Amino acid sequence: MNNLKASFQKILMYPSAIVGVVAILILVAVSIYTMITIPYPEAIRLWRGGEDVWYQNPKFAQPAWVNWFSSKKYSESFAVSSADGEFSKVATPGKDGATTYEMMHEFDFNYDMFPQDMILYLKSSFEVKQPFVSIELITPDERTIRIASFVITDKYTYRFSQDEKLRIKLRTEEIIPALFSNPETGEILKGKYKLIVTGTTFEPESTMDAEFVFHGQVFGLAGTDHARRDLTLPLLWGAPVALAFGLMAAIGTTVLTMIIAAVGTWYSGWVDELIQRITEINLVLPFFALLIMIGTFYSRSIWVILTATILLSIFTGAILGYRAIFLQVKESMYIEAARAYGASNWRIIFRYLIPRMIPLLIPSLVQAVPAFVFLEASLAVIGLGDPVLPTWGKIIQDAQSNGALYKGYYYWILEPAFFLMLTGLAFAVLGFALDRIFNPRLRDV
Amino acid sequence: MIHTTELKEAMRMSTKIQAQREVLLSIRDLHVWYELRRFGFSHIGYVKAVDGVSFEMAQGETVAVVGESGCGKSSLMKTILGINIPTRGELIFEGKNLSKLAGSDLRDYRFDIGYVQQDPYGALPPFMSVQQILEEPLLVSGVKDKEKRMERIHKTMTEVKLHPVEDFLHKFPHMLSGGQQQRVVIARAMILEPKMIVADEPVSMLDASVRVEILKLLRSLQEQHRLSVIYITHDLSTVKYFSERIFVMYAGNLVEKAETRRLLTNPLHPYTLALLAATSDPDAGNADDFKEVPPGEPPSLVNPPKGCRFHPRCAKAIAGLCDEKEPVDFEPEPGHFVACWLYQKESP
Repeated sequence: MNNLKASFQKILMYPSAIVGVVAILILVAVSIYTMITIPYPEAIRLWRGGEDVWYQNPKFAQPAWVNWFSSKKYSESFAVSSADGEFSKVATPGKDGATTYEMMHEFDFNYDMFPQDMILYLKSSFEVKQPFVSIELITPDERTIRIASFVITDKYTYRFSQDEKLRIKLRTEEIIPALFSNPETGEILKGKYKLIVTGTTFEPESTMDAEFVFHGQVFGLAGTDHARRDLTLPLLWGAPVALAFGLMAAIGTTVLTMIIAAVGTWYSGWVDELIQRITEINLVLPFFALLIMIGTFYSRSIWVILTATILLSIFTGAILGYRAIFLQVKESMYIEAARAYGASNWRIIFRYLIPRMIPLLIPSLVQAVPAFVFLEASLAVIGLGDPVLPTWGKIIQDAQSNGALYKGYYYWILEPAFFLMLTGLAFAVLGFALDRIFNPRLRDV
Repeated sequence: MIHTTELKEAMRMSTKIQAQREVLLSIRDLHVWYELRRFGFSHIGYVKAVDGVSFEMAQGETVAVVGESGCGKSSLMKTILGINIPTRGELIFEGKNLSKLAGSDLRDYRFDIGYVQQDPYGALPPFMSVQQILEEPLLVSGVKDKEKRMERIHKTMTEVKLHPVEDFLHKFPHMLSGGQQQRVVIARAMILEPKMIVADEPVSMLDASVRVEILKLLRSLQEQHRLSVIYITHDLSTVKYFSERIFVMYAGNLVEKAETRRLLTNPLHPYTLALLAATSDPDAGNADDFKEVPPGEPPSLVNPPKGCRFHPRCAKAIAGLCDEKEPVDFEPEPGHFVACWLYQKESP
């Protein structure tokens, strides 16, 4: 085993392999971080959550860092609530048990693009008499725009962009651009805007709270998709899923292939014949098409797909390659000696045949990972991914079905593609280096 | 006939010894045939690697099996080791018939026999340290206590003169010299305290300088533990170091069986004569001399010649007898068996 340790130390001689190892370690760290901070049930709840979970986010928003590279600045999203203080609330008691709430939020608007929408979520409690609310927006040039006044129910949503009265009042086609531009020149107006919500309740026990959601055009680190979901969630959760699938499939396939090849070679006779015939049949079966069939007709669970992938990948050309080497190892004198001192068949297979192959096994195992990571993503892209898990392939599938490339939402496809390529590349360069270390004849090639 | 009295004395002694010793291994009419198949199923014939071999070996006796490459030595050896299954015949070890042993009994039998191989480097798994290599037989035989195993390893390594033991325990085979590797192989054969050792050309791959060392080591182990040793070789020059009897093997048969000295001084079978003539001669003055070797090649073991298998190469072959009837063992002098028609009349 000292040999193995020394071989791994040789990785330091290959800069590309170091890059690969670092990338893999980062991916592993991200996976562990994700699993701890967003536990699986929470991730599933968020991923499958609809408007009520993600209402604060804009749709199709690019990541916020797009502004660093763009001369035109996109408006960023935010949400403030009177319950947590950012949306300042002052309550003034009035006559006959009435209370006036003045809620105010001042925000900077220094962007070159209009936001998608502004929404006010109002909540109040009352017995009979409905509270009354009026909204005003004070622009940087000191104009006060009376947005709307209305009576609210216990839960009330007011969307600025869809208020027909406001549209007529502003004499415009689109409300949001009209609110954020100079009425005379029509140019975008930058500066501090102030939103004032004045509410009056008419019962002593009544309460009122408001949440102001500003849907900009960029959001967070990764942007959002068509369902307002923050893409950081599937991007983060994609890492453990991809690594787990890739590694489990690679280890399962390589180890089982090796064991089956060793057993077949050792017992020879009909066992060996059977394994070879199965391999020959399996080699002509269309692997991807079979997986699509399993995904379509049986189950799309990641465990079913993983098992099917491993089973279909065992009996491939690798088994013939291993068999060729095992046939050579089988005849070695130390195995004859082991038989002479009474070692059992299984002991010979696991203690003498297989250890001889470990130097060959390690590089092929690492090199097999990218293919399986891509396989999982490919299945997800064609709609056969696990129905519950957020993965990289799923993001691409959503992007594709929403016409992301056609509509110019490049971030939506490039982000998961980047992570897929990073994973594939990391394992590939490490695999190449390991191959050269363990098979020294390749070193000069 | 100067040495007649001497021979008689030796004979008397040997019969006395034979009588005292109990029989450890007895082989009767052993056949080891390998089936030849075409395309994996259709039968073509057999390779008759061992074809009717019989002998007896006593506890503590050392025997050399001599013969050229391909004569069936290795097949005989592997059958004794329990690796090959005899096609026909009996192999009785301590009263138990090997072909009737199965499962744990067969394993116990294997623990009683040590195996020293020809190529020490190939005989040691390259991915195991000396300690692991020596631990393996102990683990297989069920010594579960780690301390006991280490104790046995230390004891055996000291016996084969691999000391200081600690220096070698964690080395891998490629870090050792040929002689040291062969000592590890011998230690592995000895670690289960076997009753018999099968040594397959244990020194042929070693430098001349270490050969004698290893042979002396084997000799001393044999004496110390009263081991029976089957020493398989094609080199008659190393035989006299420690074998009491020599069996000469030719094309699957034992053609001559005799005590070492008697065989070397009074070889009877024409093949033994040829083999002795071909023994390497350290005298540089004879370098230009051509030795007389029998003409032709060793016969095919698939279709061995009818009658005596040596007759196509034999200068003394009797036409009509040697090429017709297979010779049986004759005993021209007590304890000296030879399968050759030339000695037919001398047998009583």
